[in-house]
Formats: sequence, C-alpha cells, structure tokens
Amino acid sequence: MEIPKSFLGYKRENGRAGTRNHVIILPVDDISNACAEAVANNIKGTIALPHSYGRLQFGADLELHFRTMIGTGKNPNVAAVIVVGIEPKWTKRIVDAISITGKPVEGFSIEGVGDIDTIAKVSKKAQEFSMWASEKQREECPMSDLWISVKCGESDTTSGLASNPTVGNLMDKLEPLGVHLCFGETSELTGAETVCEKRGKTPEAQAKFKKTWNDYNDFILKEATDDLSESQPTAGNIAGGLTTIEEKAFGNFQKIGGCQFIDVLEPAEEPTKGAGLYFMDTSSAAAECVTLQAAGGFNIHLFPTGQGNIIGNPIEPVIKLTANPLTAKTMSEHIDVDVSKILSREMNLSQAGDELIKSTLRVANGRLTCAEALGHKEFVMTKLYRSA
Amino acid sequence: MSNTDIIIHDEKDNVGVVVIEKITPNQDCNCWIMENDKSVSIESKDEIPLGHKIAMADLNEGDTILKYGHDIGKVVKNIKKGEHVHVHNVKTKKW
Repeated sequence: MEIPKSFLGYKRENGRAGTRNHVIILPVDDISNACAEAVANNIKGTIALPHSYGRLQFGADLELHFRTMIGTGKNPNVAAVIVVGIEPKWTKRIVDAISITGKPVEGFSIEGVGDIDTIAKVSKKAQEFSMWASEKQREECPMSDLWISVKCGESDTTSGLASNPTVGNLMDKLEPLGVHLCFGETSELTGAETVCEKRGKTPEAQAKFKKTWNDYNDFILKEATDDLSESQPTAGNIAGGLTTIEEKAFGNFQKIGGCQFIDVLEPAEEPTKGAGLYFMDTSSAAAECVTLQAAGGFNIHLFPTGQGNIIGNPIEPVIKLTANPLTAKTMSEHIDVDVSKILSREMNLSQAGDELIKSTLRVANGRLTCAEALGHKEFVMTKLYRSA
Repeated sequence: MSNTDIIIHDEKDNVGVVVIEKITPNQDCNCWIMENDKSVSIESKDEIPLGHKIAMADLNEGDTILKYGHDIGKVVKNIKKGEHVHVHNVKTKKW
C-alpha cells in the first residue's frame, strides 16, 4: 500500500496540528469541578475535564500535576482553554504556560466570588471561545503532524500474536515519515527490560531507560510482600496460555515493531528531540497512561486489546483494535479495527498494518472512534504519593 | 490455503501458539511463521487449548524457551517435540 502523505487536521498557532478541535474547561483542582461542569453544560461545544486532585500536593507529585494540566491545555487537539481554580496563583501558572502556544486561554478563580458568579463569567468567555473555534477548518497537514501514542490493555495471547504486532507494523511504516511515536507501561516491560533498553538509539537513551525501569523495580521490591510470581502473569493470563512474565512483556513490546526510541520522557513530558519513537515512564493502567501521553502532546492513540478494554480519552481519540475473534464479535461497538483474520491467516501482518494506517487516518480526518461515539472521556491524573 | 492451527512469531522460536479452539493428540498441525510468512508442520502429542504453546523441538531441563525470538523462561522438566509447554514445565528466569 502506498502510504498517504497527508491528513486533514486543525493547524494551531504554534505550528502543531490537531486531529480534534476541542474547547476545554479545565479545573485546577477537585473543588472546581462543579463550576467547570456547569459551564460545559451551559455552553455547547465545550467539555469539562473533571478530576480528583490538585490540593495540598507537593514536590514531584505537584510538578506532575502541573505538567499534566499544562500539557493537556497545550495539546493541539485543543483549540482553546478555560482554566478554573479555587485560588488565582496556581490557576495563573497553568494559564501562563498554556499561553506560550498562542492559543486562546483564560483563567478564573472562585475564591471571593463563589460558584454562581464565576459560572456566569466563565460561561461568557466559553461561549466566545466555542463560537470562535467552530469556524476553524480542517486543512491538509503532513503525516509528520501526527503524534501517535500506543498502549495495550486487557491483553491476552491474541495481543502478542497479532494486535500488538499490527501496531508495530504501523510504527515501522510511519516512523520514516517523521511521525512522533510514544510507548509507555514501565511495569509491563518487566522481563523484556534489557532487550527494551538495547532499543535505545543512543547510550544516553539506554541509560535513561535503565534508570527509569530500575527505579520502578526498586519501588516494587520495596512494596511487594513476595516475588510477584503470584500476580505476574495473572491467573487469567496463565489460563489464556501466558506462562511467564517475560512472555507477557515481550507481547507488550511487539507494539514498537523494529523502532528504536530516541529519548525517555517523564510522565506527561513533551518530547523535544524531534520525530521518532519515545518511551514515557507511565503506569500500565489504561486511563492514567493515555492521559499522560495526551498531556505529552500526542494527538491520536492506538489501543490494542485482547479481552476488551473500553477506555477513551476526552481530547485524544483512542482507536481500538483486537485480534480476538470473540471480543470483535461480543464487544463490536468498542472495536474500531478487527485484525482477527491474522489468526486465521486470511490477513498477514503487513495487510493488518495497512488497515490500521487507513483507520488511523480516517480518525485523524475526523471520523469518531467507538470510544468517542460511546462517550468515553476518562481523564485520570497520575498521583505519585499522598498529599500533605 | 489450509487452515492454520499454530502460529510461530519468529523463525528462531522453539514454541508455537495454538490459534484454533484446541488441538488433539497425534494431530497433524499446520504452523505459520509470522516473521517470514513460511509454513511448517508438526504432530502434536498432547491436547493443547487456544492460546497455549506447543514445543517445536525436543527441549531439555535448563534449555531456554524462545518466543518472539527472545528468552521467555527456562525448561524445568524435559519436553518432547509436540508436547504442551506451560507452567508445569517452564518457569521464569526473573525470580
């Protein structure tokens, strides 16, 4: 298949391009959710991104909170942003950082005003942003404007056999076109960590990956009461035929094809070393991982599943593929791309990769994903430790 | 094209994965190697369910199991070509 050279995206002020055109109402903290949701209810064409945190966090955990908030606002799938917090100081910090992109952003704080007057003020600004954004048109953008993140979930043997290698095939084909790519899941690379480390393009990238994985493993060894053989692989994994944690990890690892990663990112960190594959230190929990990748600036997500994970994200469209014929049948409303024919050999990996590229471009051009049509908007902040 | 009963990821692998509901003892199975799109065949010795692994060669205690072309664990009990490979005869090298 000849790979298309472009897609139809929304060009942003900073040169990036979006596959979506959202106007978001972003609460800085848990207690500002009500205001943000009221505004999103009032003003059509806006979405609120409620979450559970943002109070009394400190240190690296607070930095991650800010990075996630700011990155979400900066994401090119977002046309304009309203930030609402209880206090002006943290609100302003987020507004200022998002405004570097040049997109419309405005902040409001509730303290001393109350919800009702704040909702009125924010609604006026939200209406202005929504109507402004509604005039944005899709334009032809080079493939290199795609920033693709990947994460698998509810995996079974069909994931390692077919759906993850299909994503790997797509990466192999799109990497030469200057696409940004990102994989994560530090914990579920256990067993494949030395092989993964060697996929670092430079000694620096390799060393950074090694340190990231070792830090994670030290944390596990400190918290675990046994050697994890009771939980990795899980009883369900074993029933499905997975024998060892290494086997599970190598199944996961198929998603990057033959690509080498050029850098290791902190959770929610934006890549700065140009096009290519990045590893991001993330949890293996689906919604947390995708939220962090979206905050890193990725604008379209590929999610292979075996048993049928149903996750979506409010700003980054999540495309689901499965090679499990039963899942494709029983959960068809969640599956964007069915590659189960790989198992019956009616389709080879390269054909499956081509199908996935076609579907990815349709979604990039505006086709709703199953998760979008079903209203999945899981926005889940990663918290590193308890608040003060 | 004949039906595929077993898929092998990499030519180097010494195990394949059953992709039909189950294979039965003494079944002549068609195997497809994904890496190079080649086909091989093997006779099974055990009943093996969907998603589980079959030994593509005789394996001795201490041998390394290769899947995806990589080390996924060690043999802890001798395995004959065509037998079921799982937690009863293979263990992680991780701990």
